[in-house]
Amino acid sequence: MTGAEGADACDLRAAILAGERSAAETLEASLAAIEERDGELGAFLSVERDTARARAIELDRRRAADPGAAAGALFGVPVAVKANLCMEGVTTPCGSRMLANYRAPYTATCVRRLLDADAIVVGVTNMDEFAMGSSSEHSAFGPTRNPWDLTRAPGGSSSGSAAAVAAGMVPVALGSDTGGSVRQPAALCGVGGFKPTYGRVSRHGLIAFGSSLDQVGPLARSVRDLERILGVISGHDPLDATSLPLPPIEPERPDRPERLDGLRVGVAAEYVGADLDAEVRTAVEAALEKLEELGAEAVEVRLPHTVHAIPTYYVVATAEASSNLARFDGVGFGARTEGDGSLQGMFAATREGAFGDEVKRRILLGTFVLSEGYHDAWYGRALRVRALLRRDFERAFEKVDVICGPTSPTPAFPLGERAGDPLAMYASDTLTVPTSLAGLPAVSVPCGFASGAADSPLPVGLQIIGPALADARVLRVAAAFESATEHHRPAPTSAGDGR
Amino acid sequence: MSEALCREGAAWVSAVTGTRWVGVIGLEVHAQLATNSKLFCSCEVRFGAPPNSLTCPVCTGQPGSLPVLNAAALGLAVRTALAVGADVAAESKFDRKHYFYCDIPKNYQISQYDRPFCTGGGIRLASGRFVRLTRIHLEEDAGKAIHDRGEHTLVDLNRAGVALIESVSEADLETPEEAVEYLEALKEIIRYAGAGEADMEKGQLRCDVNVSVRPEGEAWRTKVEIKNLNSFRHVREALEYEIPRQIEAYESGESARLPRQETRLFDASAGVTRTMRTKEEARDYRYFTEPDLPPITLTEAFVERQRGLLCELPQARRRRYREELGLSEYDARVLTGTREVADYFEAVARLCGRPKEAANWVANDLSRALADPEVAAGSIDELPVKPFDLAELIELVAAGTINTTGAREVLGLMVAGSGSPREIVAERGLEQVDDEASLEAWCREALEGREQVAADVRAGRTKAIGAVVGPVMKASGGKANPQRVREILLRLIAEDDQPRP
Amino acid sequence: MTDPERDLVRHTAALARLELDEAEVDRLAPQFAAILRHFRVLESVEVDDAEPMTGASGVRDVLRADEVRPSLAPDAVLGNAPRSSDGFYVVPKTVGGEE
Ligand SMILES: [Mg+2]
Ligand SMILES: [Zn+2]
Repeated sequence: MTGAEGADACDLRAAILAGERSAAETLEASLAAIEERDGELGAFLSVERDTARARAIELDRRRAADPGAAAGALFGVPVAVKANLCMEGVTTPCGSRMLANYRAPYTATCVRRLLDADAIVVGVTNMDEFAMGSSSEHSAFGPTRNPWDLTRAPGGSSSGSAAAVAAGMVPVALGSDTGGSVRQPAALCGVGGFKPTYGRVSRHGLIAFGSSLDQVGPLARSVRDLERILGVISGHDPLDATSLPLPPIEPERPDRPERLDGLRVGVAAEYVGADLDAEVRTAVEAALEKLEELGAEAVEVRLPHTVHAIPTYYVVATAEASSNLARFDGVGFGARTEGDGSLQGMFAATREGAFGDEVKRRILLGTFVLSEGYHDAWYGRALRVRALLRRDFERAFEKVDVICGPTSPTPAFPLGERAGDPLAMYASDTLTVPTSLAGLPAVSVPCGFASGAADSPLPVGLQIIGPALADARVLRVAAAFESATEHHRPAPTSAGDGR
Repeated sequence: MSEALCREGAAWVSAVTGTRWVGVIGLEVHAQLATNSKLFCSCEVRFGAPPNSLTCPVCTGQPGSLPVLNAAALGLAVRTALAVGADVAAESKFDRKHYFYCDIPKNYQISQYDRPFCTGGGIRLASGRFVRLTRIHLEEDAGKAIHDRGEHTLVDLNRAGVALIESVSEADLETPEEAVEYLEALKEIIRYAGAGEADMEKGQLRCDVNVSVRPEGEAWRTKVEIKNLNSFRHVREALEYEIPRQIEAYESGESARLPRQETRLFDASAGVTRTMRTKEEARDYRYFTEPDLPPITLTEAFVERQRGLLCELPQARRRRYREELGLSEYDARVLTGTREVADYFEAVARLCGRPKEAANWVANDLSRALADPEVAAGSIDELPVKPFDLAELIELVAAGTINTTGAREVLGLMVAGSGSPREIVAERGLEQVDDEASLEAWCREALEGREQVAADVRAGRTKAIGAVVGPVMKASGGKANPQRVREILLRLIAEDDQPRP
Repeated sequence: MTDPERDLVRHTAALARLELDEAEVDRLAPQFAAILRHFRVLESVEVDDAEPMTGASGVRDVLRADEVRPSLAPDAVLGNAPRSSDGFYVVPKTVGGEE
């Protein structure tokens, strides 16, 4: 993207600070890559060329005026931001007709911190409507395509962010993960994607889907970039009452970062024994062997409630979503359809007209599980099963330091394949929702390839899960794995790429 | 009320069947807490600002915004709970209550459902009846929907998100009068607790009523909820309409008229209640724990700190004023009218050690000054007369330095901001004159030509002396010691009676 | 039509202020029923010794000081409103009397 093959955000910043290139040149390379590739990928909903250029010039000017002045941790780094993160004055459509023209009157804490670290926000990325989906097909603005195979889904709901990073349009992007929406698209697009411990990154300014599950997380092509971004966006925020009163996530710097001696890696039968695609299984088994080669010890663990994770997740997340999305009624913001002329008629007509099918399905489910007569049996019970799922992890982490397994049961699936079958779509999340329900940190890193149709390889992701607050440990394991493997290096080829 | 019913004490008696009916009334009172900022955001709480000028992403429910609880609101709420003798919960949490309406921007209200911050407690009425409180909970206010301007409804969200406490009583009240008394008492407690001003005109106190009726001694029947009662008068009028309406419906025996579980609105201009929605249309609020707000621990230390900030409540103060200070019920009531006045009175009484005199000055002269529009003091604390000054004035009177007439004059000057009583007395030469020669001269002068008074006094009607005291005081410019004047006059009249040498 | 699945969808949609047309009810009712059928497995989980887990961060007692900060300019908020006039949000005429 940037004229520097394989350069990540850390490299780009270093090059800018060394005077090898300007922030403006770096941005132009990113804009050119978007120009060239996004027509076929559909990763971006909007590209903020003017504000980004003005900012790049401003950064370069600042640098020229005082080369010795402190430079932010992401100085001059082009970043893409998922369309559910508010940025004052920028349209935040959240993948929905409802918010197609919504200009947030304020800026999300994580975006504010990116800007404070001298990053340049280049654009807003496509997503499943209100982050509900695993394929981008629920975006009101059309799907994003997987850069490895344009006929396949990039995963979701942070579809555009994953595709933009995978295709080299930006080195890093922000996504959000409610039940796997950062990790699953990262796996399917062959990039790294991290979901922090719940509460480590502020949700202030993240348009809510499932409030007790939502976490903002980065997507990047290197683990150190994930660490770099997390160091910027994590840390306590008084504007989010669920924010943990902790400093930003600091990378662990062991003496021998390439080794994992003494690390106990949990392998859960419920994950590796799941209904996995054969090539995914092969890649993940090879990854586990690699971890052992690095000195880790594999330990079997049991997570017996995993089979209940999908129903539990969909009850909890949709209940919260039905509530969070009640505010879209045509009064204060968003779309409006007058309907029959009454107030309640206007509400119903507005919501009917501006929400897509999947959002309606989930609002219905969420409303149902909270409604009189069903609340205790559905929502109340799901909260208890959620506690049991967390207890599974707590017990497992008494014996192991991390748990490893696949991120997604399958590699990227063809667009359209699951669109009409909600249950099949929900199954994509089987391996990511348990950690979301438990609020644990987890990363997906590339761990191999499956042979897709028509000879195009499809990335496979390794998921590394840690106990609560062990975000840095998870990243350290990912970094060691990355340094011992080459899976993160290949980039998708495309007609215009010339690679 | 039709002629078929007549009120007898707490009962409505049917002229047709002779049945004695009584009301069964419970109240839900929303009171605004006196915080600077809203319950979950930092917007200012102010009445009468331009529409939508006190709003932010949180209180307008912008996508992505999150609530953060105001510590002061929690403190004030707990203080109110302590004031009504409620049990403060060890742990509390917030819930979302869902319904679609244009004045709640998120289409859910953040309220408390199954773990309110307190339960129990109650209020004793003058009759001795104890009205139990079920619970008090914290919640955010809705905005204001304006329906009477043009062909659309207009929405102002300045009030949206303001901190409220909702106090829910048991159905322990029987009459409209009791309902109003309960409300007055609750209002007084909220003000005393410093929790809020509870000014109904500013919408700081709003009330919903649950009411049913039953023949005396029988079990209660279907209850009706009446909403939108914006003054104590409306509460009384709504109940005065609704109770007979329900009784007459039962008395008619017509099943179609029987009260049903429903929500009614009070139409103040017509003085009637009307169906707003029936049970079939009842709301399904779909409560669930607010995931954006962590649970709250109400530690003993926190609760005790709030208790320390809570002053003695009006009922207890009145009792103490009567029993320990020997004040009349009337004075005790006037002095406990507001917390400020009561605190002021107690400060004066403590400083001068003369509670009765302090009560007289505060309840009469100072209250009059407070009511004077020219003085323009919003509360007793705003008067230039501080408790120390009034105590000094009372001491000057007690020491005989000035008389009561002079003291009134001095107080007038103090209210106008002219200085301390001692300064004023000295500057204006208002010290009482005790000098025997001057007093006797004024007395002799006054007795001239008032032989009838002297005759009356000699005849044993000593009260008649008052007619001469006045002129003496006048002659002295109000400075004569009235007690001494009286004594001298009596002596002179008596001497006059002696045969002249 | 007395199809309980469709009635449930209609009732729930009304609660959620979704004005589904018949074609949508036709499409959503069987999907909704299938999801519920599938999720009914939760009934088999032994949950007696589990407390409901309502949040994931475990933080407690988060309070802010009662300090006033500037509100947004009315235009900044009303600018997103589909209809506004004279500083008010404008909605179809409705009667008062909500809670
Ligand atoms: Mg209420
Ligand atoms: Zn606000």
